[in-house]
Amino acid sequence: MRPTSARLLNILVPVKRAVDYAVKIRVNPQQTGVDLNVKHSMNPFDEIAVEEAVQLRKRLKDAVQSIKVVTIGPPKASETLRTALAMGADSAIHIEIPEADPAPEPLGVARALAKLIEREKVDLVIMGKQAIDDDAGQTGQMLAGLLDWPQATFASKLDVDPEAKSATVLREVDGGSEEIKCRLPLVVTTDLRLNEPHYATLPNIMKAKKKPLEKLTPADLSVDLTPRLETIKVTEPPARIGGGKVANVDELVAKLKEAGFTAA
Amino acid sequence: MRGVRLVDDGHWDLLLFARLHRLAQSSICRVTRDSLLNPGLMWLLRRAYTSVAPKHVQYFQTILPPHAVLSSLPPHNTPSEDLTPFNTDWMQKYRGQASTVLKPKTTQQVSDIVRYCSEHTIPIVPQGGNTGLVGGSIPLRDELVVSLANMNSVRSFDPVSGILVADAGCILQSLTDYVAPYNHIMPIDLGAKGSCHIGGNVATNAGGLRLLRYGSLHGSVLGLEVVLPDGTILDQLTSLRKDNTGYDLKQLFIGAEGTLGIITAVSILTPPSPQASNNVILALPHFDNVLPLYRTVKRQLSEILSAFEFIDRTAYELAVKHGQGRGLSEDEIAGAECFVLVETSGGRREHDEEKLTDLLGDLLEAEKPLINTGVLSQNPAQFSSLWALREGVTEAVSKEGKAYKYDISIPLASFKEVVDTTREHLRSKGLLGEHAVKHVLGYGHVGDGNLHLNVCAAEYTQEIQDALEPFVYELVASYRGSVSAEHGIGSMKTHALHYSKNDTSIAWMKKIKTLFDPKGIMNPGKVLE
Ligand SMILES: Cc1cc2nc3c(=O)[nH]c(=O)nc-3n(C[C@H](O)[C@H](O)[C@H](O)COP(=O)(O)OP(=O)(O)OC[C@H]3O[C@@H](n4cnc5c(N)ncnc54)[C@H](O)[C@@H]3O)c2cc1C
Repeated sequence: MRPTSARLLNILVPVKRAVDYAVKIRVNPQQTGVDLNVKHSMNPFDEIAVEEAVQLRKRLKDAVQSIKVVTIGPPKASETLRTALAMGADSAIHIEIPEADPAPEPLGVARALAKLIEREKVDLVIMGKQAIDDDAGQTGQMLAGLLDWPQATFASKLDVDPEAKSATVLREVDGGSEEIKCRLPLVVTTDLRLNEPHYATLPNIMKAKKKPLEKLTPADLSVDLTPRLETIKVTEPPARIGGGKVANVDELVAKLKEAGFTAA
Repeated sequence: MRGVRLVDDGHWDLLLFARLHRLAQSSICRVTRDSLLNPGLMWLLRRAYTSVAPKHVQYFQTILPPHAVLSSLPPHNTPSEDLTPFNTDWMQKYRGQASTVLKPKTTQQVSDIVRYCSEHTIPIVPQGGNTGLVGGSIPLRDELVVSLANMNSVRSFDPVSGILVADAGCILQSLTDYVAPYNHIMPIDLGAKGSCHIGGNVATNAGGLRLLRYGSLHGSVLGLEVVLPDGTILDQLTSLRKDNTGYDLKQLFIGAEGTLGIITAVSILTPPSPQASNNVILALPHFDNVLPLYRTVKRQLSEILSAFEFIDRTAYELAVKHGQGRGLSEDEIAGAECFVLVETSGGRREHDEEKLTDLLGDLLEAEKPLINTGVLSQNPAQFSSLWALREGVTEAVSKEGKAYKYDISIPLASFKEVVDTTREHLRSKGLLGEHAVKHVLGYGHVGDGNLHLNVCAAEYTQEIQDALEPFVYELVASYRGSVSAEHGIGSMKTHALHYSKNDTSIAWMKKIKTLFDPKGIMNPGKVLE
């Protein structure tokens, strides 16, 4: 018996193109932001989200009807979508903004995603808990709020029961983990321990080139992505001062005293 | 010295012969070169050289600060375990008995040490990062170790020409880090980069992973400062790209493995860093596909191809087993006989990626594909992790067991044949299995025709040694190959030198050695017997 469409899962994974985590960050001379003329790649938490969707399909087989990835970003962000497609997503949507536009803020992104979800049939959103560039860590929660969906944040394990339309999620919390059960539709945000993303293989990279990638503009979704925050100044953290060697304990104690440390 | 007669049977090192001859007065027993392997006669050698004695250490203390002198001799009495790292090589295969290690900080100090040693006929082993794989950096007996580790400052860098002048003891990785902010890279890179010294790299003429792109150190080294075996400082530290003024003496020290002098500084040309790098690991169904693949890759990638490295299945699995990065998944490596890592470096990412994906597309869609599958790194972390697989093989082999390493140059097409023939030979001797030889594997720099044939054993034993040598050297000679492509001769292969160098060449090498080092104090017993 074929499962009825009501029991099929449609997964949406929002991904972001961010400065690669291995790149050394440098503040620009105007102190308005960081040097963006460096290697970018998919935000690592989003990579985990794509991987989780792909693994869910491996476990649940045909019960996963679609894995769609979406990004909101400049033209180059479509490379990030291709990577997600190579990892195993079925199709992609690029909400394109001009290269020169400021990066959208979490609320703008959450609104755009909410609008998109009105158009598309989505049962489960899996997204990164934060992007490593602005580290805001808000989009998932805002999206759940706007949609009035349950949210399971900082997930380290995800089990979905398509029949029961529910999910069991292990969450990373202070000093341990917490297991919660939620009904679908649901927003899940990923933590590092959820999985270890695999490498895209050549055949899949080639196949990804032929998968559908739809382009939209913010206007198509009638959302306004104008930032509501103003960045006043970006500065480097104070440079670390190198340590020095002391010849003996007396010298060490003298140095400590000099630096204002005294025995309690 | 009575009771010994020396027989010049044509095998003697002239120098040694002359020295022993002076010592031997009458003729009762025959001493041939081979009988020197008899430990009973080793005292002859010891007589020819002076061992470091307390009075020598006292002198060294007058030219070096206290922390730069390590000696187990009185009054210093450094605990012998502090000397162990200098007496043991990276593979724990070679062990020396040096009582004294000196760590000079300046060229003048090196010169003072060497002059004194020359006057007193104290033999010296120059030591860099001690990552050499042929025993060259380890004393054969109790030679004085001169470690360059404290000579670790950059002397100058010109960001316009890319010319870097550095003390010999600078660690390769720290030089890479030094030039990185100026958008330059070192022309050499190898798995030992975190420990090896630039001086050691030059002394061994190390090849490594970038040779295909940037050529050998004979081209990129522009100048050297060397302390000669009599203590003279030879200053050839020029920073000229072109300098045709007579004999190019510095070339002699590149690859001399410390037998002609101690390199104290290096002037080297660093290329601009590529603006974009990509890499991919390809799984091949047959070894036979490696050559056609290399041709296709060269043709399609042309100027952006920067590395083409080969790893056989056994090497790949050992690297994965010992946690050297991640690669393909289980089902992807099914049916793969070997792997190839291809790296591109270029000036424009879009251009390079287009070329690379076109190539990969063609490879996958070909009617008779040369590859099964592969992975293309998607970000810098994956890029490093693919490289770690290749670079990590050396380390994985030493984690797995005791490594017999043969670093050979042979025609590309015979890589697999040599590995298989060696394995079969060991099998026929009953030496293949957990008890003796666990793995026979091959990996290396296809682009340079350089195969690393590794035999990984449970223990180093004479039986395995005898099964491998001269077997491997004869095998290499049958392909007209080289018994040492890039690791050098050290003490491991002195007896095998003749497989790759004819008598005339060896005779002239010996003349050069005698000319520079008439007393034979510089790294004795290395390179030349
Ligand atoms: C993990 C690993 C990977 C490696 N990969 C490669 C590779 O890809 N390609 C390759 O070619 N080699 C490779 N090697 C071996 C290579 O020869 C050495 O790593 C390196 O070049 C030696 O530098 P070092 O400073 O450690 O020299 P040492 O090991 O200290 O010395 C090597 C020889 O040079 C002499 N020497 C050292 N410093 C001086 C000096 N300042 N003046 C005169 N003589 C000196 C020593 O006497 C000795 O004979 C590898 C080794 C390891 C452990």
